[in-house]
Amino acid sequence: MSRYFTEDHEWIELDGEIATVGITDYAQSQLGDIVFVEVPEDGKEVAKGDDAAVVESVKAASDVYAPVSGTVVEGNAALEGEPALVNSDPEGDGWFFKMTLSDTSELDSLMNESAYAEFVSKL
Amino acid sequence: MTDTSDTTTGKPDFVEELMLLPLDAWHRARGGRMVPFAGYEMPVQYEGIMAEHQWVRESAGLFDVSHMGQLLLSGENLDAELEKLIPADVAGVAVGQQKYSLLLAENGGILDDLMFSRWPGGIYMVVNGACKWDDIAHLREHLPDAIEINHMDEHALLALQGPKAFDALNRHVTGEYPLDALVFMKGGKFEIGGVPVYISRSGYTGEDGFEISIPADQAAKVADLLCGEPEVKPIGLGARDSLRLEADLPLYGHDLDPETTPIMATLNFAVASKRRRAEANFPGAERILHERENGPIQRRVGLIVEGRQPVREGALVLDDQGNEVGRVTSGGFAPTVQKPIAMAYVPTAMAQIGTRVTLSQRGKIHHGEVVAMPFVPHNYVRQGASK
Repeated sequence: MSRYFTEDHEWIELDGEIATVGITDYAQSQLGDIVFVEVPEDGKEVAKGDDAAVVESVKAASDVYAPVSGTVVEGNAALEGEPALVNSDPEGDGWFFKMTLSDTSELDSLMNESAYAEFVSKL
Repeated sequence: MTDTSDTTTGKPDFVEELMLLPLDAWHRARGGRMVPFAGYEMPVQYEGIMAEHQWVRESAGLFDVSHMGQLLLSGENLDAELEKLIPADVAGVAVGQQKYSLLLAENGGILDDLMFSRWPGGIYMVVNGACKWDDIAHLREHLPDAIEINHMDEHALLALQGPKAFDALNRHVTGEYPLDALVFMKGGKFEIGGVPVYISRSGYTGEDGFEISIPADQAAKVADLLCGEPEVKPIGLGARDSLRLEADLPLYGHDLDPETTPIMATLNFAVASKRRRAEANFPGAERILHERENGPIQRRVGLIVEGRQPVREGALVLDDQGNEVGRVTSGGFAPTVQKPIAMAYVPTAMAQIGTRVTLSQRGKIHHGEVVAMPFVPHNYVRQGASK
């Protein structure tokens, strides 16, 4: 399994056919207290870069983009009752949605963990 | 991921070099995250908006509001001249008293909201940071040359707010009379750690608290003394915004603007003086008094929004046919209320408490209800009230 990152601070991890998507620890720390997350419905088709979810902190609303193209198979229902999971465990239990990929080669354009760490260090 | 709205930082109309607060280094040393606001780099948060908000409601928070404009007006006939620009009973304000008022345009629209007090030598006024240059220009244009306008830009302004603000501040204050002689909307000259300060018992959080004007070069000393008290933590602009929203305190540039009159904004107390109403010689008096008598077309209301998703500034209020009939001017998740709340302008017919409203934000429909404000009761220490 390997994890990929976007310049917009989403992460995606492919496990077999299914990929899990969330926002990074850096993103949650910038947003502050998360009070609401809107995840996409099952079956929603997304193209790379489409708005796929909305995350709201006390002060602002932010869009979360699909890091690659594919079909959503599950939104994280736990976030409805406990949006703060995104603050406490952004790269684990605070995931946003799972999807199947229509073109796995799109992953090649994303950053790996060390490239993302370097990207963030320059922000 | 990208921001689609931001209710606390706003966007400057012009991009110029940002100014630094007198306490800029002090904020950075304490982990304040600095963002552009009103032309300054200002701390939006330290440990997190939710925790800071809660801390102010339960203990005491120190806010740096040095971006606001502090003016000292003096000169002959000042009261009468100032009354031509604001609707307050300036002449009736004694030394040490403070009042909220509004700088009004010719048509009764609001150019800024402000606090003023009488000092022995004149009228001290605090205006919004984002408006201060326009306000100074407006005052200079409309006041006679004989009236001096001193922009006290060598002064910082700190706000200590919360139920334990008095206890923390009282340990450091000396003056001609004890601090508890100050009740809500009273002010006077004191010293904190030997630094001469002007303190008024006021603020913009709904809690008991104080605003403290300090020579800028000694602001860090005072801030250190106050934050050395166990009750006090530095608090950012983010929590200031959520606190004032819960307390029914409108924010200029959001809930108030030149299209808004005091009556539309439900600031009727700003035109409460019988004498001023009888004289009807403040800007826009005819329109404002007509609205006061007959009701405005639209007015500001408080909303509780169903569900967990905040509805923010710019969201539309819709009628049964889906037409836009109003607009949200401030909104967010209220940490004390634990629900999304908002301020909106709606037609007066929809302003009754209990009215259900339909809201539209980024293509999504939300439902809410008009509720009484403030969302969280005020905690002011008023004259004559027992502690």
